[in-house]
Amino acid sequence: MFRLVIRRILKNKLALSSLMFILFLFLLAISAPFFAPYDPYEINVYKVLEPPSKEHFFGTDELGRDVFSRIIYGSRVSLKVGFIAMGIAILTGTLLGAIAGYYGGLLDTLIMRIVDVMLSFPTLFLILAVVAVLEPSIYIIMIVIGLTGWMDVARLVRAEVLSLKEREFVLAARAMGSASMRIILKHILPNALYPVIVAATFSVGGAILIESGLSFLGLGIQPPEPSWGGILSVGKDYITVAWWMSFFPGIAIFLTVLSFNLLGEALRDAFDPKHWADE
Amino acid sequence: MLSYLIRRLLLMLPILFGITLICFIVINLAPGSPAMLQDEFSPKASPEAMEALKKLYGLDKPIHERYFNWLKRVITFDLGKSFVDGRDVVEKIKERLPITVTLNLLSLIFIFIIAIPIGIYSSLKPGSFFDRSLTVLVFTGFSVPTFWLALVCMIIFGVNLGWLPISGIQSIGAEALPLPERIIDWIKHLILPVTIMSFAGLAGMSRYTRSSMLEALKQDYVRTARAKGLPERVVIVRHVLRNALLPIVTLLGLSIPGLIGGSVIFESIFSIPGMGQLFYASAMSRDYPTIMGILIMGAFLTLLGNLIADIAYFIVDPRIRVKKDV
Repeated sequence: MFRLVIRRILKNKLALSSLMFILFLFLLAISAPFFAPYDPYEINVYKVLEPPSKEHFFGTDELGRDVFSRIIYGSRVSLKVGFIAMGIAILTGTLLGAIAGYYGGLLDTLIMRIVDVMLSFPTLFLILAVVAVLEPSIYIIMIVIGLTGWMDVARLVRAEVLSLKEREFVLAARAMGSASMRIILKHILPNALYPVIVAATFSVGGAILIESGLSFLGLGIQPPEPSWGGILSVGKDYITVAWWMSFFPGIAIFLTVLSFNLLGEALRDAFDPKHWADE
Repeated sequence: MLSYLIRRLLLMLPILFGITLICFIVINLAPGSPAMLQDEFSPKASPEAMEALKKLYGLDKPIHERYFNWLKRVITFDLGKSFVDGRDVVEKIKERLPITVTLNLLSLIFIFIIAIPIGIYSSLKPGSFFDRSLTVLVFTGFSVPTFWLALVCMIIFGVNLGWLPISGIQSIGAEALPLPERIIDWIKHLILPVTIMSFAGLAGMSRYTRSSMLEALKQDYVRTARAKGLPERVVIVRHVLRNALLPIVTLLGLSIPGLIGGSVIFESIFSIPGMGQLFYASAMSRDYPTIMGILIMGAFLTLLGNLIADIAYFIVDPRIRVKKDV
């Protein structure tokens, strides 16, 4: 089955190019010093707000720093926040969803009410409130984005568990005296894996979008650390004289999020047995 | 209807309780918690405001007692006074709320008017050029950072082409204009923010309409309607559309928290004096009472939107009415 899914992804050109782009981004983030032509923190007062040229592909910013290099380094922040926030959201959602679905009863009601409560907050309000109360730092941002993004996963896992727990293989495991946690971990969750992988892929893109929005508002990654939203945030003040400062980081965010969304969509199709008939 | 409404309202109570609990937890996250009020944290707070706030939270009492005391005040719409200017938070929210609600309603209407026809049209010819363009629109809508899109549109339509104003909701001196001109001025100011606010919702909604239509087109009653020789138009409008649009009512309700949350970003970018802008300013100046007030207000608006969507669903779908009333 797994090989079938990989084959389907490889055949889908859009998904394949998204995957390549994401891998490329990883490479860029890991070996940023190698790819970046300049030091992202290096200030050069003689080269302030220069338009894109051969020396500075994406121009320079208000302190003469190379925008291209800053965008390359900025990919570190985006990927870190995207993946760790996703991890937190998926772990929390899977755990709570599985408990709610498997044990049912009061525990289920309680967890699902928490989901309802969390869903009634405009997410950005909640995140901004937490970030405003605590000092904004990359760790706080990862945790907050993760803890405000687990509800859909919880619902999804709960629904899967509900439909799986009465199936014969689970009943058999229970009849053989397996502990509940072991049944959940070994028998139920692996069967709910695919929708969770799809949700995880989408949530990386979502988290990157939120982080860039926070940094854009000045409540995310703090300068001088380069982040895409942060570059944009300064760029907007110079937008009439230096369009490149806001244009390129926006494109970077867009392409990255788009890649994760396209990959998620392709994975959803690839995991869906309804589509296998045409192979 | 009445019994449904009562049950629905009762269900909201535990959620409202949970909302206040989370707001309280968020504010108490502040490092060095209650002591936060005393010193460097809010240099802008006047001593009187701090005294009032200390009393409001009853800082000497244990945390659960503080929570219930605070809750009692919230229930009576006493959200405390702002650190920044010492005014009642309720008053501050009240003067900002109409603008935000209007903008969000306009966006919802805009989404409704545009997305549904797009979704219907592309579902009728799946795989066509139009349908594939919709897919592109959907993925762009989900992936584009809207604050960036707002900046780009401001530069193109506001600065370079000079077609639309880029900030505020009316021109300076607009009060002096006769009414029709004032309305035109107002509309001009709203075109950019409303279009961009709607963009993500537009993409999601048209995609949802499309799949909902495709699902309904497969049903047996559609085949029956065709078999009895009804013209295609009647089949689509009377049989497919009616059933396909039902779930969309709920989806409109669900898109409210995203819209309200987005108002923080859009109102800051377009300098619109609404609740989102107030929230942003409060977050920047750590005006805790106002942050808390708007947080509760945002959640409350979401609940209200969901309630309205549920009631609308109840009215348009006879199946629910029958099931629930039995």
